[in-house]
Amino acid sequence: MLALPCPHCGTRDEAEFQFGGEPAVRPPSSVSDTVWADYLYMRRNEKGAHRELWCHAGGCGQWFVLTRDTATHAVLP
Amino acid sequence: MSRTPFRTRYSAASLLRQGLGGHTGWGEAWRAPSPKPRYDFVIIGGGGHGLATAYYLAKLHGANRVAVLEKGWIGGGNTGRNTTIVRSNYFFPQSAALYDHALQLYEGLSQDLNYNIMLSQRGVVTVAHSNHDMELMARSVNAMLINGIEVELLDADGVHREVKIANRDPDARYPIHGGFVQRRGGIARHDAVAWGYARAADALGVDIIQNCEVTGFRFDGSRVVGVETSLGPIAAGRVGMAVAGHSGVLAAKAGFKLPIQSYALQAMVTEPVKPLLDTVILSSSTGIYCSQSDKGEMVFGAGLDLYPSYAQRGNLPVGQTIVAALLEMFPRFRTLKLLRQWAGIVDVCWDYSPLIGPSPVDGLFLNCGWGTGGFKAIPAGGWLLAHILATGRHHPISAPFDLDRFTTGRLIDEAAGAGIAH
Repeated sequence: MLALPCPHCGTRDEAEFQFGGEPAVRPPSSVSDTVWADYLYMRRNEKGAHRELWCHAGGCGQWFVLTRDTATHAVLP
Repeated sequence: MSRTPFRTRYSAASLLRQGLGGHTGWGEAWRAPSPKPRYDFVIIGGGGHGLATAYYLAKLHGANRVAVLEKGWIGGGNTGRNTTIVRSNYFFPQSAALYDHALQLYEGLSQDLNYNIMLSQRGVVTVAHSNHDMELMARSVNAMLINGIEVELLDADGVHREVKIANRDPDARYPIHGGFVQRRGGIARHDAVAWGYARAADALGVDIIQNCEVTGFRFDGSRVVGVETSLGPIAAGRVGMAVAGHSGVLAAKAGFKLPIQSYALQAMVTEPVKPLLDTVILSSSTGIYCSQSDKGEMVFGAGLDLYPSYAQRGNLPVGQTIVAALLEMFPRFRTLKLLRQWAGIVDVCWDYSPLIGPSPVDGLFLNCGWGTGGFKAIPAGGWLLAHILATGRHHPISAPFDLDRFTTGRLIDEAAGAGIAH
């Protein structure tokens, strides 16, 4: 069981959270198909430190960015 | 097709001869060579897909300087961690062509490899739990029939005839309304698939190099011309990668990203019991899939751990959900003890279909993105990557699975066909 730090509620069990993917900035719709596909589909998918979005969906609903080690699952500072 | 030149051909006669000698004279099934400085083809990843690629390169395309580089031991990743199910009951024609090519190769594989992969075509039954499930299933079954995949729609009694121990309680949380069966589906011995391909590839001259981790790529301009490994640099004419969950890690070393996220997929076995389940059963609603191994263990799994992971263990909440799903389908299994639980790291594409074909970098070719269903596809994945490496061109079966579909938008959305709750 992971214990994840909600910025509003503090440390809670993973069952209360929903993973939200890698953070990204949406490009304008005028970009090429390649740039759009890169934004929409391509992922860094790192082994090790991984910046990711989470939502405290079963709690306060807060979205936040977390850095987590995908090999050990440790939440990194 | 020429006969593979095995040093020892396995047969009833060789078994009898070795048995009389106390089984002391079998010899090694494949060599343990040191890497040569250069190969025509280097395959990264000694799982089923990588070993099959090397075998078909040597067997069908006459390649005689081929190496398979494996960072651990062959078949020690997802090839040894899956639930051994084979089937081709997919919705889209592109997928049916791909997975049925794999199933057809599986059907002849024990003979082809001179290695018993213990293919058991005991049928795969997928159940529906409501009228709405049944309507969608009828649509899927019709699509499969149009794809040329023989499947049968079943009513509730039909499911209970196929799976006599399934939950019959009308008040069940997930009552069985019906289902469908692909009778050519079933299970195969997963380790034997890796070992059979390894032995046959080795006999055709392929160097299988274990404990050799690829740490980077060598470039000439923008073209990959070799790999850096823990055993030193190796030059290559063309490089293929078949590394499943670690595809993103290798892609980063070559300087590109993939439309893939890596997740842990758990599986478990119970203690062995006498034979009581003679088919494979799946439920898309609870996610469960279960079969009984030849040793008598119930082998089962269900949905993914829904956050990225490279830890091959799986988390407890999803583990509990998987066990709950098993007990919903088979309440009598509550008295069984769990023997083992583990996870493999699966490479999931957004449309749950694989990536086969050229990478964004010249000289490097992909066989990845199989997600939760790589085992059933091993012979086709290897066969197709071998074709692409040898000819430099797609085969008609692999063309729809090119990386470019994520730019063109021609996705092959098999979220339902994948048969796993996502």
